Amino acid sequence: MQRLDVRRAARMSDYWAVAYRRTWRGSAISSFVVPLLYILAMGVLLGGFVKGDPDKLEGATSYLSFVAPGMLAAQSMTTVFGEVTYPVMGMIKWHRSFYGMIATPLGVPDIVFAHLGFVVFRVTLVSAVFLAVMAPFGVFESVPGVLVAFLVQPLIGLAFAAPLYALTAALRNESGFALVFRLGMIPMFLFSGAFFPVSNLDRWMEVLAKFTPLWHGVDLTRMLVLGRVDASLALVHVAYLGALALLGWVLATRLLHRRLTD
Amino acid sequence: MIEASGLRKSFAAKAGAEVEAVRGIDVVVRRGEAFGFLGPNGAGKSSTMRMVAAVSPVSGGTLRILGLDPAVDGPKIRARIGVCPQEDTLDTELNVRDNLYIYGRYFGLPRAEVRQRVDELLEFVQLTEKASAKVEDLSGGMKRRLSIARSLINRPEVLLLDEPTTGLDPQARHVVWDRLFRLKQQGVTLVLTTHYMDEAEQLCDRLVVMDKGLIVAEGSPLELIRTYSTREVAELRFAPADGHSGELEAIAPKVQDLAERVEVLPDRLLLYSADGEETVAKVHERGLDPAVSLVRRSTLEDVFLRLTGRTLVD
Repeated sequence: MQRLDVRRAARMSDYWAVAYRRTWRGSAISSFVVPLLYILAMGVLLGGFVKGDPDKLEGATSYLSFVAPGMLAAQSMTTVFGEVTYPVMGMIKWHRSFYGMIATPLGVPDIVFAHLGFVVFRVTLVSAVFLAVMAPFGVFESVPGVLVAFLVQPLIGLAFAAPLYALTAALRNESGFALVFRLGMIPMFLFSGAFFPVSNLDRWMEVLAKFTPLWHGVDLTRMLVLGRVDASLALVHVAYLGALALLGWVLATRLLHRRLTD
Repeated sequence: MIEASGLRKSFAAKAGAEVEAVRGIDVVVRRGEAFGFLGPNGAGKSSTMRMVAAVSPVSGGTLRILGLDPAVDGPKIRARIGVCPQEDTLDTELNVRDNLYIYGRYFGLPRAEVRQRVDELLEFVQLTEKASAKVEDLSGGMKRRLSIARSLINRPEVLLLDEPTTGLDPQARHVVWDRLFRLKQQGVTLVLTTHYMDEAEQLCDRLVVMDKGLIVAEGSPLELIRTYSTREVAELRFAPADGHSGELEAIAPKVQDLAERVEVLPDRLLLYSADGEETVAKVHERGLDPAVSLVRRSTLEDVFLRLTGRTLVD
């Protein structure tokens, strides 16, 4: 397999720019409206029934300020699920555009790198919109913390995107995605601490929840937004997410290479 | 331009077994010629093409493309060749122009340069008016022409075409052949696979016939016809006598000595000989009276069927 050449991979930016120019209007509206709906429904309306006890809400003074950072991290995950699964399968199987790409000087490592780069761009963009929507609700306790939380979202995205990319390259067809979404994404979305503290779970479920990448993402984002950073725990989060991203990246490149060249 | 010796390709199949798609072939393609790989499905043509395209790694033997080793210089080779795949790999959601534009960028060509080439190529494949159309709205023939245009964006020295006209209607096929002929005149080396014999006769200076992963014959279309067939073929049909089956089998021995080779088909006899009319006359002299007799020239199809058999290959 030829090596990654970042300058060669950068040639793909035009592809992603052209492809994104075609779809950005639709995604721009949804990336603005969806966070607003979530914050209103979960944070403001549902949160109105929750007593804001900082001892029970991991230090948050209201349910809104507890749930908002959780939803930001969860959105970084769901965005990635949409960007990687079906689109990647499409480029392998349906319109087979990967085969067109590897007939040029581009190699699989360049293609995967550029694609993950685009995913990072998308996560960064939707996170920026989410934070802008959150801002008027007065949930930011620490401005530097919020900025770091913003920078952390692409890492959360990559921790999901790279392993999912590898999984997609290994799947024969799209029928496996139903399981990935129903038994992977949705349970994580609901039970990884985005909507309630994982300490409310049964002991074994809490342990399980803390192994999910989303919990690491949620906890890291929340401690930054609330300005209550536990440095050593934050480091564990970053290391865990970074390791997943790195491992997934290596696997994704290898598996896609095998899929396309044999 | 392309030199292969003892070239092999094997795939891991289920249960650890290996399938050998290409089992040791020697091929030399010279600059400026149009070279064809003929063969039935599963003969190993596409596997060979994917190795020559520096995409699929070689399993055995040596392969040099433009003097370079694909295992070492894959990106350099791919920068100088064009590939028009069997199944279109266009980006169906983008329009015609964007498909060409982004492809040019994959080669690292400057944006202004790509834009200029896109206009030229659209003209060349007669798609200028469709520049803003989405690919999914194009006909099969237009998509194929777009694929060809795309494979020319880097001004390749060698153009690889895997079954360039499969699935096209006769008009579209002739447009494609015309464009390929012009490219050949411009000095582009063409390497194509096909299972259409008329396509091979139209386009190829030289070709090899592949069967079961091996080369079974090699030469110009004319040489192959001379070597593996006769100049003419007489096709004889007999009126069914009382629904008597196996009648043709019974007639065949009676005319065996009149032709170099006699082939019995379900509905007719084929007599391969240098002079078909003379053969037909002799058949009549023997008191046999075919209902229909047709004399035609031998084609590559006769060569092909002789070499690879009439059995269906899936």
